[in-house]
Amino acid sequence: MSVAAASFRRNDARARGHAAYWAFVVHRMSGLALTLFLPLHFWTLGMLLAEAPAFDMFVSWTGAPMVKLAETLLVLGLAAHLAGGLRLLFVEFVGWRADAQKTMLSLGAGLAIACALAFALNGG
Amino acid sequence: MSAVRAQTFLWLAQRGSAAVLALAVVVHLATMIVAVRGGLSAAEILERTRGSVGWALFYGIFVLAVAVHAPIGLRAILAEWAGLKGRAVDLALALIALTLLASGLRAVYAVARP
Repeated sequence: MSVAAASFRRNDARARGHAAYWAFVVHRMSGLALTLFLPLHFWTLGMLLAEAPAFDMFVSWTGAPMVKLAETLLVLGLAAHLAGGLRLLFVEFVGWRADAQKTMLSLGAGLAIACALAFALNGG
Repeated sequence: MSAVRAQTFLWLAQRGSAAVLALAVVVHLATMIVAVRGGLSAAEILERTRGSVGWALFYGIFVLAVAVHAPIGLRAILAEWAGLKGRAVDLALALIALTLLASGLRAVYAVARP
């Protein structure tokens, strides 16, 4: 292995220990999950064109505990993607300082969890 | 369009749509949290949205921004995590964007039509 490759590997491992790396992973995974969910979301709402009873039957299915959990995780993903996206916009366009990153990441995570909890508890 | 120009265009489209989505998602999250109180039903949703030009415009812009934003994000994931890139992938992503736009606007029509 060349010196450059070894140094890249070491940097890579170190980068993965940083909170911003995990923010990147959460942003990607939540974005992917939301993209996969969208067709189902649009299809369900499309039911309202003709079949309100079919929609209500679908909604009653979403009351099942596992579906409710998946739904809450999606809300968590949406809120986390929002917080992560806002952080990126502020870093790129407003020039947020690097030393404030961990605070911003924590605030974003807290906000996302608060949204998911509000959704889960309000619907209960 | 050169590859660099295309990349810059996609970057700008991604950030521009993200700025629109930031506002839209805040409203959507707040609406969802309020709307689920006491359960969700077709009647309850339609009572809020049917015939509303405001909601139609809001969700229409929301859908347009999503149709731009999601495929560009997917493009980065496919290239970086699956090594999939090139003309065929870009065409497939354009098709996904159009499908999202069409099905999204259909959903908006379903909830906001007069």
